[in-house]
Amino acid sequence: MMTNPGNRLTQGQFSFLPDLTDAQIAAQIKYALKNGWAVSVEYTDDPHPRNTYWEMFGMPMFDLKDPAGIMLEINNCRKTFPNYYIRVTAFNSSRGVESPTMSYLVNRPKKEPGFGLSRQEVDGRSIRYTIHSYATDKPEGERY
Amino acid sequence: MSEAKQAETTLPDDAPVDLEAELKSSNVQEVLDQLDRELIGLKPVKTRIREIAALLLVDRLRKKFALSSETPTLHMNFTGNPGTGKTTVALRMAEILHRLGYVREGHLVSVTRDDLVGQYIGHTAPKTKEVIKKAMGGVLFIDEAYYLYKPENERDYGAESIEILLQVMENNRDDLVVILAGYKDRMDKFFHSNPGMRSRIAHHIDFPDYSPNELLAIAKLMLAQQNYRFSAEGEKAFAEYIPLRMKMDHFANARSVRNALDRSRLRQANRLFATKGRNLTRNDLITIEAEDIMVSRVFDEADKK
Repeated sequence: MMTNPGNRLTQGQFSFLPDLTDAQIAAQIKYALKNGWAVSVEYTDDPHPRNTYWEMFGMPMFDLKDPAGIMLEINNCRKTFPNYYIRVTAFNSSRGVESPTMSYLVNRPKKEPGFGLSRQEVDGRSIRYTIHSYATDKPEGERY
Repeated sequence: MSEAKQAETTLPDDAPVDLEAELKSSNVQEVLDQLDRELIGLKPVKTRIREIAALLLVDRLRKKFALSSETPTLHMNFTGNPGTGKTTVALRMAEILHRLGYVREGHLVSVTRDDLVGQYIGHTAPKTKEVIKKAMGGVLFIDEAYYLYKPENERDYGAESIEILLQVMENNRDDLVVILAGYKDRMDKFFHSNPGMRSRIAHHIDFPDYSPNELLAIAKLMLAQQNYRFSAEGEKAFAEYIPLRMKMDHFANARSVRNALDRSRLRQANRLFATKGRNLTRNDLITIEAEDIMVSRVFDEADKK
């Protein structure tokens, strides 16, 4: 049974919804800026959920007032890496929080092969389960 | 807004529109009045600001009839001698453009060469872009813009910064307004060597020097803002002081007036200390007397001549 047709990657906010439009992305960025969070753009071609640290596309953007500047960077990143996963992260730097508070995908590869479940027999009859992205069988840069 | 909804809100061709109501709803009149009250003189500047405000209001009305027109370029160039109020007006400009809905946030990012131009190869572009991104949705004010271009040093990175600015001024017209400011002669030279910059700026506004009467009015306004006032003789003395100071070197219009007032406040405080044994009233504390002004070096030098 296919529970996730098209094998869409579901990571971060809004990932079960249809892809956000640019206007919706800008509105979300606006919310982050209103709260004084620093927004940054990141990309990767390794969709494993434990792959926490993606490549940064430029520096995090501090002290911005308007989403236009970040949309500019997002579109630059989409142009440079059209077939990568791209996400927007909002970082809350206030003391005691100091961690990302928002994170959502703004770009995904055209074809997502999804994940396979692999089983490993250990200690007699015990089985360990793990997931494995089909995309990562190929070397970096050639995956999508 | 979706296409369908846009069509719905379009008014029929013969619908009357109320310019007066539109003006009221934008609150722009309030800002213009404030400009009139707080900025003395500067006739050509105020006229141009009124014209721009009118254009933007009419544009808003036109949008109601779906008469789309291209966003007007509002990049500006302020030239004028030191202390003629270029920065002050730029600040107000951000506010006015915000009220008219031309810029989304209405903040002013004030930068000079240091903030735009990097120190080594590859440093300039990210630096300039970062500043531009910060200014988006508002106004980017580049003070003493002519320093960006240094013709005597061909390896200067300023040109790279100008190139990026030009590109953004053209492509992201709805995202930010760029205001350049500087002294007239040097700005002219700057534009001469950067013709692309000149053609992308629609409004070249020249800030005239103030007349002595205007400077006196400015002085009174400045004092009022700090809860001081001239005594009758004090005002007369300051009226004498202004033309003398104007003849001297390094006269910087309103800035010189502010400095002169700061010095007379100093002398006033000193004078109050000297009159020991007398109880001071509120009046004493807020009044600048003629003697606080007459001891100025300016009068001595005028006597010598």
